[in-house]
This record gives sequence, C-alpha cells and structure tokens, in this order.
Amino acid sequence: MNSSELGQAPRIMSASESVIDLKLKAIWETRPGIRGVLCSVDHKRIGIRYIVTAFVFLFMGGIEALIMRLQLSHSDLKILSPEAYDQLFTMHGFTMIFLYAGPVLSGFSNYLWPLLLGSRDMAFPRLNALSYWIFLLAGIFLYASFPLGLAPNAGWFNYPPYSSISYNPGPNIDFYLLGLIFLGISTTVGSANFLVSLLRTRAPGMSINRLPILVWGTLTASIGNLLAVPAVSLACVLLFMDRQFGTHFFDVEQHGQPLLWQHLFWMFGHPWVYAIVLPALGIVSDALPTFCRRPLVGYTPVALATVATMIVGFGVWLHHMFATGMPMLSLAFFSAASLVITIPSAVSTFAWIATIWTGKPVLTTAFLFLSSFIVLFVIGGVSGVMTGAVPLDWQLTDTYFVVAHLHYVLIGINVFPVIGGIYYWFPKMTGRLMGERLGRWNFWTMFIGFNLGFFPMHIVGLMGMPRRIYTYAPGLGWDTINLITTVGSFVFAVGIGLFLVNLLVSLRRGRPAGANPWDAPTLEWSVPSPAPAYNFVVIPVVASRHPLWEDRLNESPERSSLSRGYRLVQGRETLATTVLDAQPDLILKMPGDSYAPVVLALALSMLFVGLILHSLWCTGIGVAATALAVLVWLWPQRRLGQRAEPAHV
Amino acid sequence: MSELGVRDQSLPVGSFGRKSSGWYGVWTLVLTESAIFVYLLFSYFYLASQANGDWPLGGIPSLKLAAPNSIILLLSSAALLWAERSGARRGQRLRLLGGITIALVLGIVFAVVQLREWQTKVFSIHSGTYGSIYFVVTGFHLAHVVVGLLVLLALLVWAVLGYFDRERHAPLTIGAIYWHFVDVVWLIVFASLYLAPRLR
Repeated sequence: MNSSELGQAPRIMSASESVIDLKLKAIWETRPGIRGVLCSVDHKRIGIRYIVTAFVFLFMGGIEALIMRLQLSHSDLKILSPEAYDQLFTMHGFTMIFLYAGPVLSGFSNYLWPLLLGSRDMAFPRLNALSYWIFLLAGIFLYASFPLGLAPNAGWFNYPPYSSISYNPGPNIDFYLLGLIFLGISTTVGSANFLVSLLRTRAPGMSINRLPILVWGTLTASIGNLLAVPAVSLACVLLFMDRQFGTHFFDVEQHGQPLLWQHLFWMFGHPWVYAIVLPALGIVSDALPTFCRRPLVGYTPVALATVATMIVGFGVWLHHMFATGMPMLSLAFFSAASLVITIPSAVSTFAWIATIWTGKPVLTTAFLFLSSFIVLFVIGGVSGVMTGAVPLDWQLTDTYFVVAHLHYVLIGINVFPVIGGIYYWFPKMTGRLMGERLGRWNFWTMFIGFNLGFFPMHIVGLMGMPRRIYTYAPGLGWDTINLITTVGSFVFAVGIGLFLVNLLVSLRRGRPAGANPWDAPTLEWSVPSPAPAYNFVVIPVVASRHPLWEDRLNESPERSSLSRGYRLVQGRETLATTVLDAQPDLILKMPGDSYAPVVLALALSMLFVGLILHSLWCTGIGVAATALAVLVWLWPQRRLGQRAEPAHV
Repeated sequence: MSELGVRDQSLPVGSFGRKSSGWYGVWTLVLTESAIFVYLLFSYFYLASQANGDWPLGGIPSLKLAAPNSIILLLSSAALLWAERSGARRGQRLRLLGGITIALVLGIVFAVVQLREWQTKVFSIHSGTYGSIYFVVTGFHLAHVVVGLLVLLALLVWAVLGYFDRERHAPLTIGAIYWHFVDVVWLIVFASLYLAPRLR
C-alpha cells in the first residue's frame, strides 16, 4: 500500500475565471454523439433535460385543460363524452402536479446546486441521471394509456371505492398506480442525492448560514419527499393488491377502509404541495434581490420559515378530509395547524416586499414575473386560509373555489417563479439573454390571462358549481363566468406560447451574456456562460453569503477566494467538506459517464410494463435485470477508490 | 488577505468508511425506508382501530416460531458487526469471511422459518383486512430480508476477491447498515404484530 493512493495533498493554485481549462475539459466533458446522450452524468445537461421535459408535460397538460375549457365554455355542450372528460381532468391533474411542477424544480436544482455550492457535480452523478431517466420513462408509461383510451379516470387523488376493481375494472387505474410508484423512485433517488450533496459537496467555507435560499428550499423539499413519498407509494401498492391480488384494504364489504387511502394519500399530498412550492419560493428569494440591487431582507427568518412550513406541513393532511365526518377534536386541531402555516408564509412575504421596498428595483421581465408572484401568492394564500377554516370548507369542498385556490397556488407559486427563474438563469445555461421586449408581452399576456381565467372560478365556486362535472344545465347563472374563464385560459395559453417563441428566438439570436449579466452576487455567476463542464477551474473558498458583492457590501474584512483554490485534476474529482462548518475533509472520486443509469431505468420499466400486462415473464425479467444492473453499478471500482489496492503494487 | 481554509494538507481520496458518499447515501435510504414501515404500521393500527370483532384473526399470533426467529436475525446482525469490527478493520481475513458467511446463513434461516410461519397461519391474504395487512407487512419485511441477503452475498463475493482491507471496506460498512436496519425493523414489526395484541 503506498500512501499516495490513500491520501493526497491537493494542489492549490490560481486561475483566471474566464479561462477554459483544457485539461479539466478533457476530464469532465461528455463525449458527443448518441453515447453522450445516453451516458452523460453532467448535472447541467441533466438539469436542462429535466426542465425541457417538464415543459413538454406542461404543454400537454395545458392542451388537456384547453379542451376541457372548451367543453365548459357554455352549458350543455357535447364536445367531450363524460368518460373522455374524466380521463382528461385526471391526466391534466397528474401531469401538472407530478410530471411538471415537481420535476421542473428538480431541473433548476440539478442545474444550479453544484454551481451554487461551489462543486464540480452532485454527490451521486449517476443517480442524478437515473432519476431523470425514470422520470421520463414513468411519464411515457403513463401517457401510453392515452392513445389506448385507457387513461386514469378517477381524478388526480384517485379515491377508492370509485378506483376499486368493482367500479373501475379496466387497466386505467393500474396505469395511475404503477406510474405513480415508478415516478416515486425518481423523486426519492433525486431527493437523496440533494440531501447528500448538501451534506458533502459544499465549497470550503459554505457554512449553512451562507446557503442560497433555493438550496434551503430544495433541501427542505427533499427531506419532505424522503419522508412523504413512501406514503403514496404504499397506498398505490395496497390499492394495486386490492385490484389484482384480492386483498381487502379498501373493500367496504370486507370491512376495508376507503378512508385509509385518503389518509395515506394526503399524508403524502400535503408535504408534496410544499415540495413543489418551497424551491420555487427559493428561486424568488435568490433572484428577486438581484433585481432590487440589495441582499434579501431577513435571510435567517426566511430560511427558518422555509423549514417551519414543511414541518407544520406534515401535520395538516386532514384539512383535505374535513368533509369526511371526522371527530370535532380532529377538525379543530388540523384546522388550527393549517392556519399556523400563514405565519411562516407571511414572514417570507413581508421579507420580499421589504426587499423591493428598500431596494432599487430594475424592471426586467424576470423582475415582473418574480414580483407579481407575490400578488398571486397572497391571493392563493388567502383562499387557502378560507378553505382551512372548517365551516367555510364544508361549504367550499368539491366546488370550483377549490379549483381556483389550487391553481393560484400552483400557477402563481410555481409557474410564475419558474418562468421568472428561466429569464434569470437562461444566460447562464445558454450564454445568451432572452428578449426583453417580447418578454414584456409574454409577462402581461400571462398575468392578465391567468387572472381573467382563474379569478372568476372563485365566484362560480361560491355560487355552488361543483368541480369534476363534464357539463352543466343552462339557467344556473354559470354560463357567462365559465365563458370568461375559458377566454382567460386561452389568453394565458397564448402567453405561454409567447414565452416559447421568445425562448426559441433567444436561443439563436439572443444578446450574448457575459459571465454575470445581472451583476448578481452568488457563485454560479463567477463562471463563464454557459458554464463549463467542470464548473470551476479551482474549487473556490467562500467567506460570505454574497461572494461577488463582498467589496460593495463590505460586511467583513474577509473575502471569498474565487480564483485561488483547490485544483483537483487527477481524474474526476471534487472536494468533500465537513457537514457543519464546511472544512475540507476528503477528495471525492466522481464516476464518469455511464450506461448504468439508462439500463437500470429500462430494466425497471420492463418490470412495470410486465405488471400492467399481467405478464409474469416480463415482470420476472425486469426484476432480474434490475438486480443485475444494480450489482454492476455498485461493483467496487479501484478508479473510484472503493476497493483495496492489490498487495504487490 | 487571509487564505481562508486553503491549506496544503493531505486529504484522503475516494471511499473511506464514514467519509464515503455511500455512507451518507445509505442513511437516506434508511430514512425513506423507515417511513415506508411507519406508514405500513399506521395502516395496521388504523385498520385495527376500525375492525369489528375478529382482530387479530385466528387469535393472538403465536410466538413459537416468531420469537426464536427474532433471535436468529439478531445473531445474524451480531455476526456481521463482528465481521466488520474485528475482521475488516483489523485486517483479519478469516473473521471477515466467517462473519459474513454466518450472517448470510442465519439470514437464510430466518427467511425459511418466516415462510414456514406463513404456512402455519389458518388465514390467508384474502381473509379480510387482518389477513391482508398481516401478509403485506410481513411480506414487505421479508422482501427487505431477501434484498439484504443479496447484499450480503455480494459482500461475501467481494471479500473473497480481496476487495476489502484494513483501510478500504466502505461497501461492507454501507451494506452492514442496511442489514442492521432490516433487523431493527423486524423488532418493531414483531412488537407491533405479535406483542402489542397481548397488552389487552
């Protein structure tokens, strides 16, 4: 055993940030061609793939919504059959919540984390690729049901007994159950990767009080996912067993409990709501201050509010079940807990307002999206408080008021920050700025269309229009409001279309962006645009929350060291630091591009396809292939420092 | 300007026991898998609280096979602990190979006894909610045991191939955490399904 294999003193050197380092490039860059497409473990490629794929699902879910809006634009229309309408609203909900809202934020975080944390990759690069492939294949699996006319049809929360085999004998619900379990694997491995990346791959000096809020948001969401996703996966397993293997978990005739599904689903569902908004709030907390030309007001309260929201979020699931006949005591407890959520939400809201108020806002398109989000957040929050109060909830349950609320929350808190975030980070991803002129048109069309489309839903809900009806009788006074909603949703869709046009045009003809076009404070803006494959020529050393604004803010005499730091060029390497105070701890050997993730994802798909086809062979081969792929993946490699050196060396 | 933290110091390279990413990774696995069992036992107690009459089906479950079997699983964990602590860490190859083998054999015994226990039940997975939840909870655990046995088998092969020495045996440390987790979960399942019904 010679000591140089066990330990090495990393070289510390200086480098100009703008220099593309050829040696690092050769080590880190994905090779071109189909092999690169299938094998790449570059977190930036994976992040962009995640965002693009999520947007494709957003467009599909959007088209589904527009077809439904046509059907509802007037009473007694027959554009869709009831069965087709059921499939459409179920797929719309599933798509937007599971295939767009969660994954798009994973995309941002996959792209940004190592750049924000000062690392060369995530802790588990291959796991990162795996989580993308499973997301893609689970989405395809689910959508394969559509052309067959067998799409899930029991709503995105799929309550039994309607989803049980007696009332829903086709494979529709099985697509839902298996698709959700499959997708859950992607969410889980992705979350594990974020958590370990945070614990291990921060640059030296990046202590937890210096983390960008986006990192806090994604970290909180990841821990939430690790604890919550098993609830829904288990619920899906139990219902699948009921449907296919004759168990009686939800079967009323055998004293099964349909409410058990609701408990398990919402124990997952409510934390999940926060998992798909907290990282988006992080986008706002990080990007908005750049355009206000000052640091975020109240960093610590906002970070704590993020964590507090998730913790309380685990104790509010019953507020989705107020109308199921719970004991008064439970109603009171869960209603109170739900209202407590307003406190951390208000903390963040006032922090953003104060940041704008005391800053010097620069009215870019990104700023418009991020600041208007605050308005939508407040509207969605207030309607949330209303539905959190038991007596009002009894009145509002299963009406369009709830539909309005959840769209204000999901579009207001997810889509608006996400599009603002794309305007903000597009230059880093592509090296070009997005068009500002078209950007204004894009923003105002979306903002007006959204409010025109969704605000009236509150009113028609209060008038008593139930959700999930494929049509309604004339003379109820709902026609005009529904027509306005339909017009608004089409205006909103045009806005999304303008965004797409702007994106495609800017990709070709956008103004070249330098490393830091917005004069922003965080580490990702210290590297060239687009970011090189290895991220950083040297691993930087961080001395504050705003490494690029230190001279200006002059909060302390210490300065971050961006051009002098750990070099690490003996193969794919990055620095591991200690969990609490981010001191150098170990040199991580990182795996390179590999077929293992895509092969494992395909093996798992085979397992799920086998289950839906009731094919023992296909399932069996899928299981065996999965086990084999995992074994090959985990086989200890000398290159990664995972096994002993032979004695004779 | 002070060179914050940038020092010429020698750092270990690659996977080192508790410093390896895999060590952190397996704890995230334990976290999320624990959650699965929490939700499973929630379902068990929820169904129990809503049941009318027949719970547990066929009377209070017998400890005749389950209690000794729990001890077998604990011994298996102990053997693996020994393989790591007193085998791998001290470079004692015989103890390393012996410990993993004993753990593997005891694990297989546990699985076989568990299957036998299933056969002795007077009810099946189709017999009402109790039958369903009993077999699903113990089945989930047994599936984890099977995965754990495959892990132990891989570790044994790698140990035979000489992949582990005094300094480098992170895969063993990581695999062992999973196996200990499977054992601890069994104790909780055992307490919930076999001991708790005796408390009335």
